[in-house]
Amino acid sequence: MKLTTLLTSAAMALGLATVAVAAEKTKVGFVYVGPVGDGGWTYEHNQGRLAVEEAFGDKVETVYVENVAEGPDAERVMTQMALEGADLIFTTSFGYMDPTINVAKKFPNVKFEHATGYKRADNVSTYSARFYEGRAVQGTIAGSMTESNIIGYIGSYPIPEVIRGINSAYIHAKKVNPDVQFKIVWAFTWFDPAKEADAAKVLIEQGADVILQHTDSTAPQAAAQAAGNVITFGQASDMSEYGPKPRVSSIIDNWAPYYLARTQAVMDGTWTSVDTWDGIGAGMVGIGEISDAVPADVKTAALALQASLADGSYHAFTGPVNKQDGSVWLADGETADDGTLAGMNFFVEGIEGDIPQ
Amino acid sequence: MIRLEKRPQPSRAWSLATPLVAVLATMLFGGLLFAALGKDPVEAIRTIFWDPLFGEFAFYYRPQLLIKGAPLVLIAIGLSLGFKAGIWNIGAEGQYIMGAIVGASVGLAFYPYEAWYIFPLMVIGGALGGWIWAMIPAVLKVRFGTNEILVSLMLVYVAEQLLASASLRFLKNPEGFGFPGSRNLQSYESAFNADLIEGSGMHWGVVAAFIAVIFAYVLLNRHMVGFHIRLTGEAPRAAKFAGVNPARLILLCLGISGALAGLAGLFEVSGPAGQISIDFNVGYGFTAIIVAFLGRLHPVGILLAGGLMALTYIGGDIAQSNLGLPSAAIQLFQGMLLFFLLALDLLTNFRVSLRKVEVA
Repeated sequence: MKLTTLLTSAAMALGLATVAVAAEKTKVGFVYVGPVGDGGWTYEHNQGRLAVEEAFGDKVETVYVENVAEGPDAERVMTQMALEGADLIFTTSFGYMDPTINVAKKFPNVKFEHATGYKRADNVSTYSARFYEGRAVQGTIAGSMTESNIIGYIGSYPIPEVIRGINSAYIHAKKVNPDVQFKIVWAFTWFDPAKEADAAKVLIEQGADVILQHTDSTAPQAAAQAAGNVITFGQASDMSEYGPKPRVSSIIDNWAPYYLARTQAVMDGTWTSVDTWDGIGAGMVGIGEISDAVPADVKTAALALQASLADGSYHAFTGPVNKQDGSVWLADGETADDGTLAGMNFFVEGIEGDIPQ
Repeated sequence: MIRLEKRPQPSRAWSLATPLVAVLATMLFGGLLFAALGKDPVEAIRTIFWDPLFGEFAFYYRPQLLIKGAPLVLIAIGLSLGFKAGIWNIGAEGQYIMGAIVGASVGLAFYPYEAWYIFPLMVIGGALGGWIWAMIPAVLKVRFGTNEILVSLMLVYVAEQLLASASLRFLKNPEGFGFPGSRNLQSYESAFNADLIEGSGMHWGVVAAFIAVIFAYVLLNRHMVGFHIRLTGEAPRAAKFAGVNPARLILLCLGISGALAGLAGLFEVSGPAGQISIDFNVGYGFTAIIVAFLGRLHPVGILLAGGLMALTYIGGDIAQSNLGLPSAAIQLFQGMLLFFLLALDLLTNFRVSLRKVEVA
C-alpha cells in the first residue's frame, strides 16, 4: 500500500468519523427579528426553540441570534449558521424572505423554514398561523363588552396579515353588536413600547374602551391599566401579568408543536418543502384563558366559537360579507379561499377609514 | 487631590493613542461583562475580533466586513468634514434613506428595460436624494438661523415615513401579493450593484468608500476649502478675518455629507439589501457618527474605525450564535467603545495632576 493511499483512507476514515459525530446531534438555528425578551412575537418563537431543546435533549443543539435586521445582516447570520453546521434554520420574520431564499440556494443540504412568507424552494418551507381565527374570538368578546361601542385597534403595518385580523375582529364584533365602530391607528412598527403606548392613549381619549393590538409589546396593556375601565387582549404571548383586567384574553402563537415536528422530520430524513398555515385546530393559535372580568354568557359564546373554529365546522370568513366599497365579496354561506386571504388588501363593509398606501 | 489642568496645546500623542487605549479598555471591561454573564471572556473577545478575520470561515466574513464597513465609512467621511467645521449633521440616516428611495425609483422606472446607463443614473439619483435632504437643514440654517442638529435629526423621522410609504405604495412590488416592499433589484441586472469579483464583497459602494477617503484626505490637506473647514472649526474668529464665507461652508459641508450618505443608501439598496422595505434602514447613519469620532475625524482613521465597527457587528453576531451571548451585551460592548473614547478624549486637552491645591 502506498503512503498516499494510506493517508487518503485515513483521512476518509477521519472524515467519516466527523460526519458520524455531527450526525448524532441535529443543529437547529433560529434567527429572530426582536429581542427574546420582547414578551411577544420573538419571545414565543424562542419558547418554541426551548421546547425543541427540552424534547430532544442531547440529540439537538440549538443556536439563535436575536435583533437581526432584515436584509444583508439576516443573510450573513443565516450563512454563518449554515457554515457552522446547522441542519435546519428557522427564519422568523417576513422580511427575511429574500435573504432566506438567497442563502438556501448556496446550501442545498441545509433545510430552511421561513415564517409568514410566500417564497418556497426545495429546501425552503414556509409556515404561518391563522391568527384571524383568534381575532374572531377577540371580536366576539370585544363587541359584547364595549359600552362606548368604540373599539380601538393598534395596527402595525397595513399588510395582509394585519388587515385579515382587523376584518375578522370587526365581522365578529359586529355580529354581537351592530352599533360597534372601529378606530384604527397605524403604528408602523412591530415593537416600539413608546409608540404603542401613545397609540393606545390616543384611542382611549377618543372613547375606545377596548384596545386590540397587532404590535408585540405590553405597553398598550399598561396604558389601558392606567386609564382604568378599558379592556385589552394579549398579543402573540399571553401577557397574563395584566389579567384579569385589562387583559381579558389573548392570542398565543404556539410554534412548539410545529418546531418539534420539523426537527423530528430532519432527524428522520423525511423533511420536505411544505407550506403550512395552521390555526386553532392544529394548536398553532392558542386562545389565552378568558378572565373573570368577562361575563359568563359572553365567555360561553366565545368558547363555542373557538370550538367551532377548531373543529372546522365554522370558517371565520363566511358570507354574506361585502367589501368596504359595498361590492359583494362572499355570497351567503360562501367561505373565503386561502389565496384571497393570503393577499387580503381591503377592508370589509362597515369599517371606516382607508388602508394607508 | 486629583486635578485636571488644561494643556496649552492638545497633546498629539494622546490624540493618536486614545482610540487604541479605548479599544483596549473596551476589551478589558467587555471581557469582565462577558465573564459576569458566565461566558469565557477570552473566547468571547477572540470570537468577536479574531474569528471574522482569521477563523475557520474567514473566507466568508472578510468580504462581509467590506459590505458592512463601506456604508459606515462613506457616511462618516462626509460627516467628518462638517464636524471639523462645527457643522453638525445628525440626520445622515434620513439622507441615507432618501438616497436609497430616489436611486431605487430611478432604477425601477426603467424596469424591465436593460441598459448600461441605468446604474450610473441611479448613482446620480442616490447622491441627489441625499443632497436635497441635507439641503433642507442647510438652507434653513443659512436663511433663518435654525439649528441644523434638530432639523436634520427630525428629518430622519420624515424620511422613515416616506420609506414606509414607498414600500407600501409607489415602489411596491406589483408581483408581491400585496406585501410591502419593492421589487428585488438583485434580480434586475441593469440595476444590480453586484460584487465586481464574485464573492469578494467588493461592490461599487466599497470602491466609492475608498475614493471618498482619498478625496477627503486631499481636500483637507491640499485644498483651500479643506483649510477653511479646519480653520472654522479650530478658530472661528480667525476664519472670519480670513474671509471664510460661513454660509457657503454650511451648504458645502451639509451638501457633501448628504450626497455621500445618499450614495451609501443607493449602493446598499441596489446591492446587499436588494429592495426598498419598511425596515430598510438599520442605523448606519447614526453609527457613522461614532465611526467619525472613533476615527478622530481623520480620513484614514475613519477607514480603520469603520473596519473596527464592522468587525464588532459581525463578530458580535458570531458570538451570539456560537456562545449564546445576548445581543444586548454586544450592544453594550459597542457602546463602551464610544464611551471610553470620549472619556479618554479628556486626556488630549487636559493633564491629570496630583499636585495639592494651593490655598489662594
